[in-house]
Amino acid sequence: MRLHMSRRSRTVVGAAVAFAMLGLAGCAPGASAPEETDGVEVSTELTDEEVVLTIADETGFPVTDALTEEFTRQYPNVTFEITRDTFQNLTANAPRLLAGANPPDLIRLPTIGDTVKDGLLANLDPYYEAYGWDAWPASQLSPLRMSEDGVRGSGSLYQLGLGYSVTGIYMNLNHAETLGITEPPKTIAEMEEMMDAAKAAGILPIMAGDSDGVVNFVVQALMNQYADQDEFLSWMFNEPGATYNTEGNVQGAEKIREWADKGYFPSDINAIDYFTFVTRFSEGEGLFTFNGNWAAAGYQEALGDDVTFFLAPPVNEGDRFIAMGAANSFSVAAGSDNLNEIVYFLNWIHTNPEARQIIVDITGASPGGDPSLPLPEVEPGSLIEKALEMSAQIGADNGQVDFMANTTAGIYAGSIIPESQLLVTSQITGREFVERVQAFYEQEIGG
Amino acid sequence: MTTTSTSSAPRRAAARAAARRADLAGWLLVLPALAAYGTFVIYPLATGIQFSFYDWNGIGAATWVGLENYITVLTNPDLLGAIRNSFVLVAFFTIIPVGTGLVLATLIRTMRDGAALRAAQTVLFLPQIIPLAAAGIAWSWMYAQTGAVNQILNAIGLGFLARPWLADYATALPAVGLIGSWVLTGLCTVLLLTGIGKIDVSLYEAIRLDGAGWFREFITITLPGLRQELAVLVTLTMIAALSTFDIIYISTQGGPGRATLVPGLLIFRIGFTQSDVGLASAFGIVMMVLVLALVLPIQRLARIGDR
Repeated sequence: MRLHMSRRSRTVVGAAVAFAMLGLAGCAPGASAPEETDGVEVSTELTDEEVVLTIADETGFPVTDALTEEFTRQYPNVTFEITRDTFQNLTANAPRLLAGANPPDLIRLPTIGDTVKDGLLANLDPYYEAYGWDAWPASQLSPLRMSEDGVRGSGSLYQLGLGYSVTGIYMNLNHAETLGITEPPKTIAEMEEMMDAAKAAGILPIMAGDSDGVVNFVVQALMNQYADQDEFLSWMFNEPGATYNTEGNVQGAEKIREWADKGYFPSDINAIDYFTFVTRFSEGEGLFTFNGNWAAAGYQEALGDDVTFFLAPPVNEGDRFIAMGAANSFSVAAGSDNLNEIVYFLNWIHTNPEARQIIVDITGASPGGDPSLPLPEVEPGSLIEKALEMSAQIGADNGQVDFMANTTAGIYAGSIIPESQLLVTSQITGREFVERVQAFYEQEIGG
Repeated sequence: MTTTSTSSAPRRAAARAAARRADLAGWLLVLPALAAYGTFVIYPLATGIQFSFYDWNGIGAATWVGLENYITVLTNPDLLGAIRNSFVLVAFFTIIPVGTGLVLATLIRTMRDGAALRAAQTVLFLPQIIPLAAAGIAWSWMYAQTGAVNQILNAIGLGFLARPWLADYATALPAVGLIGSWVLTGLCTVLLLTGIGKIDVSLYEAIRLDGAGWFREFITITLPGLRQELAVLVTLTMIAALSTFDIIYISTQGGPGRATLVPGLLIFRIGFTQSDVGLASAFGIVMMVLVLALVLPIQRLARIGDR
């Protein structure tokens, strides 16, 4: 009897505690009113006072170290504190860092996500006017904008890039010579002929990996050539009603399936991660590899003059070039106490010759900014020079598209990686790939 | 109550007062533990239940959505697939380690040499002190195309079996499961060995005098004697299987495709990458209910056996 009583009363107490806690926590979690960023008078003059600026950056991205060092050399009253975390941790924690009581002034932020809606990012529009950034390439800045209803590509400016990347194809010239290839392919069909020749000669046509999703450099490089650029971009910018399921995207994905069936990729592709495929190409494995300008310095060091870099070829010879490229995007926290100073630093990175040189030397990316400014000096004939030329070509062709991995916060890990693993091992068709990614997209955007 | 019907009313009142005082002292004694439990277990659990009814990104305003998150958990094929995978892992985290532990413990019990006994125990327990993340890294090297597993297969003429174990759709889940088996077998063996030590030696002597063999001895004496330990181990390892995160996060990230996707990894992604705290909470609550549904009957079975 006693046992029964106590058991029942324990349950009652437990339930009461649980409900009391629920009551304490209030009705709905979260804050409803986003904080405003105003209250600071916009100034393009740098303060004389001692200022410490804080930056939250990813590990393995040394350019911020060099830039801040140079800035402090030029302006000794401004010093920096940089905290680093892995890309994955930083991306996951960014909203919480920004919402905290003491947010970093500047933060590496690959996807804007809900941060604008939640009032966590400083609106840079006043500075855009004050500094005259309208002279900078609009196509480079548009992915860094977001409208009030959460659509990227237009609206206010919330990010700037520490370097603007471009992607393309690296070719091992040793293998090319063996196969009698004298210059980069001008069309996709020409590239396929070269890969058939490589396959026949026992040379791996494409060095790629997909244990962490990087084969999507190849997938999207092909889709870019078949898809309508604006339509593709509107999807990446989350415009209402935009879809991934277009005939162009399906054609690109089906091409990947065809390449997988023909054995153009390594047989253990799903066991190869980014680091491994870069190492294996550096060691001479593979005729082609798809990667960005950031890998140029490493490949140059490993392969010397036996490697070249070019833009992914279009379907028809002479068509304009389309390539993925993106800013190494950083945002200013709405809660920053040093808005004028941190934006001065950002403007300086785009305009100061030393800073622009640092961007190119360390990242191999284009420094962006006003195109009429002189380009930093690079070694003639080097891969980095090629990368800058490619950036200029894409600029001239207005052919830059964002990385589809940046479409939503969860789409890369949640859908693009697992589905591409299935696609490159011939488990699903290109159409299924496109349909499944779109289904995930609708669920994430709607939910 | 233990008081009899013949007691007088004042005595009954005094007894009740004493019981109340004892109750109060009891409550005071458990108060510190209760406060800690309330803060770190009950409160997060309660907020988790609360979050699960909202569409919330963790920062901004939340919208009440009722049972929608639960419906998603129970209908989305990706989420259901992850739950299915975690049940496959039960075979590797529970059945294999507990089974192997039983065999090893019975064998070690018969060891005469004290030094060899201690050495065997140490070697078996060693994986338990290695962090799971480190085990995940070491094993993914061994499972790689050029790793130790394939090298051994090539050396003994079974090279045709060689494959990138963690990237093959058929072998990825068993391969990560075996990492768990490797880690948990030591714990099972050592705990079962302690349990066997508590069994009265005279029982073994008696059954041997009756002419029973090794197997008879195992079924009649060892197994029933280990009932408590087995219940604890099955509970622990089942929870480990259903809540796996570190091994998968380090070795496969859920791939290839979704072959090794488990709830732990998905909850982390949904909550922290996709910032869908409501759905992540609902998924967590569903997993908690599943674990309880599996573990409570085991606990009850062990207790019934005691009576």
